[in-house]
Amino acid sequence: MKNILELLESDSRLTHEQIAAMCNKEVGDIRKMIEDGERDGIILGYKTIIDWDKTDREYVSALIEIKIAPQKDRGFDHMAERIYNYPEVQSLYLMSGGFDLAVIIEGRTMKEVAYFVARKLATLDDVVSTATHFVLRKYKDKGVIYGPAVVDERGNCL
Amino acid sequence: MSNFSADKVLSKKATGIKPSGIRKFFDILEEMKDVISLTVGQPDFITPWHIRAAGIESLEQGKTYYTSNSGTLELRREISRYLSRRFNLEYAPQNEILVTVGGSEAIDVCMRALLNPGDEVIIPEPCFVCYEPLTTLAGGIPVSIATREEDDFKLTPDALRAAITEKTKLLILPFPNNPTGAVMTRKDLEAIAEVLRDTNVCVLSDEIYAELTYGEERHVSIAELPDMRERTIIASGFSKAYAMTGWRLGYIAAPAEFMATILKIHQFAIMCAPTTSQLAAIEAMANGDPDVAAMCAEYDRRRKYVLHRLRKMGLPCFEPHGAFYIYPRISDTGYTSEEFCEKLLYDYGVAVVPGSAFGASGEGFVRISYAYSVAHIEKAMDRMESMLADLKKQ
Repeated sequence: MKNILELLESDSRLTHEQIAAMCNKEVGDIRKMIEDGERDGIILGYKTIIDWDKTDREYVSALIEIKIAPQKDRGFDHMAERIYNYPEVQSLYLMSGGFDLAVIIEGRTMKEVAYFVARKLATLDDVVSTATHFVLRKYKDKGVIYGPAVVDERGNCL
Repeated sequence: MSNFSADKVLSKKATGIKPSGIRKFFDILEEMKDVISLTVGQPDFITPWHIRAAGIESLEQGKTYYTSNSGTLELRREISRYLSRRFNLEYAPQNEILVTVGGSEAIDVCMRALLNPGDEVIIPEPCFVCYEPLTTLAGGIPVSIATREEDDFKLTPDALRAAITEKTKLLILPFPNNPTGAVMTRKDLEAIAEVLRDTNVCVLSDEIYAELTYGEERHVSIAELPDMRERTIIASGFSKAYAMTGWRLGYIAAPAEFMATILKIHQFAIMCAPTTSQLAAIEAMANGDPDVAAMCAEYDRRRKYVLHRLRKMGLPCFEPHGAFYIYPRISDTGYTSEEFCEKLLYDYGVAVVPGSAFGASGEGFVRISYAYSVAHIEKAMDRMESMLADLKKQ
């Protein structure tokens, strides 16, 4: 199963047939293992990595550090839930170090992101402070480098 | 008007050498557009960053001088440690290891160091295209042995015994093999060693693909077997294992008695291997094992996928256990290797290499490289499958 997950994590477009051939298994077995993984919440989704800067779509993303004063009866999980349910929130991590939650937000404009932070995040009861860092350029995400399309320049040597 | 004519001055030995069949095919390919190629004989990975960084750093530090003729001692030490940890081979960095410009130079200087006019060199075919011309250029006589599909393209002791004459000087051992992907296991090599023990024949073991083997048993060098080290020269390099083809770096490991003469040729012809490449290679050997393992695992997945697709489309195909080539038999289609490749190229836009480019015994086969992404391989396999389906309808 680990092998299959690693394959899918590196390329979610691999077909059941391809994975079966690569793992010396039957196509039916692979289908079942993937379905089980989806059912058990191990496989959570399949996404495509897109460099939106190469399109005309307006978009901006920001990393927001949040400091929290968790209340006695509700810990970080409660706060996290209040935050991650906003569709604007792309990622949310509980952190060690100088702040508690790291939120990655995407919006169409900086204003939109700033408003979201000011109105939706900063106003939450347990939030002590926020610090917003806008992303100026993405160089690499999920192991993929944002650059020109790779051209096969290998020479046909002997 | 000058009477000068280049034809009259060129060396007869050099002009007598046939151009490589594979080169001819590549020239056609370069003229065509929108072709999906499975012809390339080099990794699709980029040299791992920490190795590239070591090369860059060496340039930043101004290390742009020649090294000693044999290569830097530090790299030779790393090569020595590597041979010991991976293949149980012991070679002294001081006088038994030589850093060369790729595995190709390694082969060339060995031939020139060993061969006297008329010496016979046994070459198991199909194989990489350089052994025969380099033998000829060094004054030797190439004697080919055809390896067979029914023997899993291994060199058999019987075939070797039959090919050895009084004039035999050298046996080339090109395993893991390009183009077949065949490997020689310890047991296979023991049978070969048994034949060699009674002779004075040397072995040039081309182990450039040694890191790329798939299956239970990893590569075994014939030099590890009893009585074999004294007669064996190992030629290997960084190109395939570390995805360093463009750095042009290889090496020779051989007993000191051979090395003094080999080094003499290397120092007069080459001086030394590129310094930047040598300094990057130190990093490769010291810290590159995980990269090699990751690349090998990826090749293995592709290997299994291509094998599955080829067999599914009805081509008989030997399961390769090394290198990054697969070698299906296409003779049942009624075409020769070259005809098959031309039809596949012109009518279906896929380039593979005719087996005949690797020696006469390659007729009836084609070489497919899987040093490409799975998506690329899939597209090529789909097209190849439709060609075979169309042939069946005819």
